[in-house]
Amino acid sequence: MYRYDQYDQAIVDARVAEFKDQVGRRLRNEITEDQFKPLRLMNGLYLQLHAYMLRVAIPYGTLSGTQMRMLAHIARTYDRDYGHFTTRQNIQYNWIKLEQFSDLLDDLSKVEMHAFQTSGNCIRNISSDQFAGAAADEIADPRPYAELLRQWSTLHPEFSFLPRKFKIAVIASDSDRAAIQLHDIGLQLYRNADGVTGFRVYVGGGMGRTPIIGKVVREFIPVGQFLSYSEAILRVYNRHGRRDNIYKARIKILVTELGIEEFTRQVEAEWATLEPLGLDAPQAEYDRIIAQFADPAYEIGAPDTIDLSDPDFKLWVDQNVHAHKQPGYAIATISLKPKSGIPGDASSAQMDVIADLAEKYAHDEIRVTHSQNLVLAHVRKVDLYAMWQALAAADLATPNLDLVTDIIACPGMDYCTLANARSIPIAQKIAAKFENSISEQRDIGELKIKVSGCINGCGHHHAGHIGILGVDKKGEEAYQLLLGGSGAEDASLAKILGPGFDENGIIDAVDKLIAFYRSARSAPTERFLDTYRRLGAAPFKEAVYA
Amino acid sequence: MRDNQDQIAVSGAPSPALDDTPARLRFRDDAPFESPIAPLADFLAGGNFAAVRIEPGEDARELVPHFDRLKLVEIAFPKFRDGRGYSSAAVLRQAGFTGEIRAAGDVLVDQIGFMRRVGFDSFAPNKPLDPKVVKATLDRYPYVYMKAADGKVPVWALRHG
Amino acid sequence: MPRILTGNRLETGDVLWWHGRCWSTQIKDAVEIGAEGEALLASLIAAERINDPTFIEVTGEPGAFVPTTTRERVRASGPSVRADLARGSLSVEAI
Ligand code: HEM
Ligand code: SF4
Repeated sequence: MYRYDQYDQAIVDARVAEFKDQVGRRLRNEITEDQFKPLRLMNGLYLQLHAYMLRVAIPYGTLSGTQMRMLAHIARTYDRDYGHFTTRQNIQYNWIKLEQFSDLLDDLSKVEMHAFQTSGNCIRNISSDQFAGAAADEIADPRPYAELLRQWSTLHPEFSFLPRKFKIAVIASDSDRAAIQLHDIGLQLYRNADGVTGFRVYVGGGMGRTPIIGKVVREFIPVGQFLSYSEAILRVYNRHGRRDNIYKARIKILVTELGIEEFTRQVEAEWATLEPLGLDAPQAEYDRIIAQFADPAYEIGAPDTIDLSDPDFKLWVDQNVHAHKQPGYAIATISLKPKSGIPGDASSAQMDVIADLAEKYAHDEIRVTHSQNLVLAHVRKVDLYAMWQALAAADLATPNLDLVTDIIACPGMDYCTLANARSIPIAQKIAAKFENSISEQRDIGELKIKVSGCINGCGHHHAGHIGILGVDKKGEEAYQLLLGGSGAEDASLAKILGPGFDENGIIDAVDKLIAFYRSARSAPTERFLDTYRRLGAAPFKEAVYA
Repeated sequence: MRDNQDQIAVSGAPSPALDDTPARLRFRDDAPFESPIAPLADFLAGGNFAAVRIEPGEDARELVPHFDRLKLVEIAFPKFRDGRGYSSAAVLRQAGFTGEIRAAGDVLVDQIGFMRRVGFDSFAPNKPLDPKVVKATLDRYPYVYMKAADGKVPVWALRHG
Repeated sequence: MPRILTGNRLETGDVLWWHGRCWSTQIKDAVEIGAEGEALLASLIAAERINDPTFIEVTGEPGAFVPTTTRERVRASGPSVRADLARGSLSVEAI
């Protein structure tokens, strides 16, 4: 894991001091709320339905046990004892007080954490593959590059007042676990025919009001130049991105309006002026950062088998454990979608348990996934059983990864000022129909249901095999149904199936969709998404609306 | 990996040398330049101007052929949220402009640190800034992560000598 | 339809309802706002101590006002999915 040096810490400390000063000036009425709002947003502080909401950055979703314990401390001390892990691999707290915010920032900075640039029209937290460093299919750990991007984008003087927010994701394998094609910039590390490593650069993907799949702006940029190339993309966006209409301000609209050829031409022209300026970090800096993501000290010859005699444990291993690149090790996913839970929420006590287990069994590393779960990436197979027992005792061992009850839901109208409708109760009611039978869930197989409370799409409904979107129907909460989305390497955008529903109607409709799929799939191994892709929308539509 | 050349540094004192007018901040050693400031179109039309004003949608690169007759570029910030002016200043400095670049309009104290970094060296804010807060703001960051027009050495260079 | 005044306290973010001379954190204390409201709102905006002060429409009687929008009912009751965090004066069922 990356550890701060004196420079990183000094910058964070200065940023904390700066924001404390800004908070102080606001509390003394020396600046207006209108002036303060963009400043607090740049520190991840929103005003939501019930209080201030704080979004803390978890760079590329990786944190240590100590950091997780601090997140628990924050929940206990400054909030109401819980936090919400988000689809962008961050954590949000819902009950923060402005007057305590300075103390909170001090606490975070003690463990090399902060909330900068988690909101506002700037470059946001960089996201990455939750299996980074452990996946068998990656060509290298993508996180050093995410860290280089983090540093390059932190307090970037030219790009702190962009037309709109800007999200970047980095991966290093052909399986896309970070939805890079749905980001403003998506970077895929690979080795070209000459054996040189570099990135395929996607640009202009995104969800929200106008969902678009990213396009390739450059097939290959050598790793040594990707920062200056990113600077060129941001420069073109900052100068020409639309500012007349907030709904058209994302880079995806600029790319669409210019066309990818013209956009590419402009980026290349800009890069020609930027590249000679030496903006890219030197190789020594790459080496320094890469060294910090070196493999943990794996035990060579650790037994490569797992005793699966306990059937409940076997279920969890089958569903929530993935292959690790190192023999004798496994990747374990902790589901934050327990029975009647709130997707992505964890109590401070649960966070403490996870911190302890990470230290004890997982080389002190935890990852947050974009489906609002957590990952312990380096666990010895012989330790899995003991770890599973400890997880189960804290209600953290639900064996439902990627199944129908592993639902993504944004906070929706229960917390969010922008919402049209509640998301969490919909997720809970759908899950309630299946959560008592894991075997039924497993029979249904991989099924990604994603719920957003409004068109902003924080719940990724456009990338759901089944997407649900909260809308306002004459003051009543209503829901649209979308089918066929995917945020993975086979990225596709879900399409609206037909007229919307009220709360009961949408639960019913999902039921009918699943029943139809089970009757229509060509084989038990054919996923819901594949059946939909094979048959098209019509029979699904008939099953729901007939 | 390539050799990293330095970008063009802005001349002038690194820490604030504020002049007397509270509404004006200037970080240059040369004499303040006062003359009519032309809109970009008039300037490009060939009028005898040494100062030009750029609005957010206008292309600062059009000035590049005219640097020799330009002393001052005033970049307008009608709304502080509109960040195009940052790129305008950066483009001018990167192209080698060493004259004055002034940020005018809705310029707030919390932005001038960023503005200094992209190459602004004078400020004409709508509302006067508190010089003490200005100084505290500009002195705040001991290090920077990335290169910009102010010539500050990024931490990756400090780390590796 | 009666209207009441709501906002969030700058220092804490607390949800507030106008209670006649000061603010309450319970909607049951809210008072109906008449024609004097515009001047009150203008003074609150100018004072910059309450974020997003605004009028909302309600039905019912003083002491038991129920906002007409789901959003405002959620604000008054607390998150519908966390009965343990309910504010108390408007039940989650009323959302
Ligand atoms: C409750 C406070 C939140 C607010 C006010 C908020 C606001 C927004 C807005 C306005 C957008 C649309 C931006 C645009 O398209 O230009 C957006 C998109 C998004 N938000 Fe949130 N959000 C919130 C919480 C969350 C949470 C909890 C998550 C994760 C579960 C999240 C993840 C995302 C993602 C992934 C997108 C889509 C990005 C894209 O369009 O590419 N947000 N959010
Ligand atoms: S999708 Fe809408 S309702 Fe949900 S968190 Fe985002 S902005 Fe709020």
